[in-house]
Amino acid sequence: MSAVSAIRRRERAAWTFVAPALLAVGLFFAVPVISALLLSLTDFDIYALADLNNLRFVGLQNYQNLLGNPLFWGAMKNTVWFAVLGVPLSIAASLAAAVILNARVVKWRPIWRVMFFAPYVTTLVATAVVWRYLLHTRYGVINWALQGVGLPPVDWLGNPETSIPAILMFVVWKIFGYNMLIFLAVLQTVPDDLYEAARIDGAGPWKQFRHVTLPAIAPTMLLVSIISVAGFFQLFAEPYVMTQGGPAQSTVTVLYFMYEEGFKWWNLGSASAVAFILFLCIFAVTLVQLWVSRRLGTEQ
Amino acid sequence: MKAKAILLNLAVALVALIVLFPLLWMTSVSFMSTGEAATFPPPLLPKAFTLEHYRDLFVNQGMGRYVWNSFALATLATLLALAFTVPAGYAFAKLKFAGRDRLFQLLIAALVVPAQIGTLPLFLMLKSVGLVNTYAGALVPWLASIFGLFLVRQYALSIPDEMLEAARIDGATEGQIFRRVVLPTLQPIIVTLGLFVFLGSWNDFLWPLIILTDQSNYTLPVALAALSREHVQDIELMMAGAVVTVAPVLILFLALQRYYIRGMLAGSVKG
Repeated sequence: MSAVSAIRRRERAAWTFVAPALLAVGLFFAVPVISALLLSLTDFDIYALADLNNLRFVGLQNYQNLLGNPLFWGAMKNTVWFAVLGVPLSIAASLAAAVILNARVVKWRPIWRVMFFAPYVTTLVATAVVWRYLLHTRYGVINWALQGVGLPPVDWLGNPETSIPAILMFVVWKIFGYNMLIFLAVLQTVPDDLYEAARIDGAGPWKQFRHVTLPAIAPTMLLVSIISVAGFFQLFAEPYVMTQGGPAQSTVTVLYFMYEEGFKWWNLGSASAVAFILFLCIFAVTLVQLWVSRRLGTEQ
Repeated sequence: MKAKAILLNLAVALVALIVLFPLLWMTSVSFMSTGEAATFPPPLLPKAFTLEHYRDLFVNQGMGRYVWNSFALATLATLLALAFTVPAGYAFAKLKFAGRDRLFQLLIAALVVPAQIGTLPLFLMLKSVGLVNTYAGALVPWLASIFGLFLVRQYALSIPDEMLEAARIDGATEGQIFRRVVLPTLQPIIVTLGLFVFLGSWNDFLWPLIILTDQSNYTLPVALAALSREHVQDIELMMAGAVVTVAPVLILFLALQRYYIRGMLAGSVKG
């Protein structure tokens, strides 16, 4: 019987270990997320904030209003642009950096690796402020460099045509190190013999990349791209600091729109609906990711 | 062959220069005198080295207060997150209890949901109990880290069962086993997770922006964003503020980068 009581004692200990974490997850994660769905079905606004008696259930009206709101569609469009341009750009930068860092002949590789990764751990708001000045039309280093090669200055953050590419330059600089490390880890599993064999067959650097590196890294690249989409859907601080959504609303992202709707205009019901639409988009992307990783037969 | 090696090394050095340039420029401009950076062509080094902007930040702009807020919140967030997730991660890996596997699957499924979804209701919940504009309110999201729980569980799976059994046979209680056997073996992942939480809390923007409404409670990123709207023209002052914000986390990362990178790869490649 003492074996049974020992097992029971162990189970009780297990519950004391997990209870605080589960309680916190339930209270501060599960409850708010479910409440967000309920909140999105109400007209919670500044009047309800003052007195809950002003709160009414409005069904799907918030969603209907959003779908008829050109500002919301503008935010969706901008967010899609950020993802469509940003994902390939950042993946290409990560891959290029990983490939050159993986070359045997490069000296001090661990040091370079840390240097390339450093922007990722810096404070987003602080480096966004730095980049706002680097992108300055008159005094910015980037326009100075452009002038150096004979190009006219660009009003990066002041022109709706260039504001998204300008912010993307900053974002790619900030995050490329992350996926670079993942690619490097995969590249290091490719045996040197394969490159040696390709070289003996007369393959140049491009052919080696095309026929050895790319096939080895393709599954990871696909998954990393899909995961990156979810990240680009959640841009907020970048436009908040660099452009405040401007010029002409050209950098208002979905999360930025949610923030303004919720905490500037206090339309919390409508803002929750925005949050849910964002979630559905991310969820759809995640389903694609799961489907792809199953097709590839890898446990990622 | 030799030429190719030199070319590749040069390419790497060039990329490194481009990558580090914004950080070097930030530091250099923070030591320039007022107005110096707003000239063309942009100067790369200060004509005369000055600390006036750092003095201005700490004397007139209340920077000391923001540094303290950021530091206190990041430290508390780290300690709390570890206290909540480490025992739970271990229990999910190594202790048997009814419903464990189903609960774990539920948590995996919940990872799909971005935490921002719950931001608005969480704000209302905390408002109703008077935690808006308090440290406690700012800390709350760090208690519920499903990712942290996973990270610890993945690592704890590698603890050999025989080690735990031996301690049980010696008559140790589960609490004693956790403290004396488990915690020492989990030490690397504790450092990794602690580092993630500290940097995450220090760099976080959206939640502190929402929950810390009073200027005296601002963290560095929130204060810097507010300052940059007021002082758009003061490039040198803003760069000094950016240095104060970035330097601590950058130094911490460089000191512990092994733990950071190992944990990051464990969390994303395998997890």
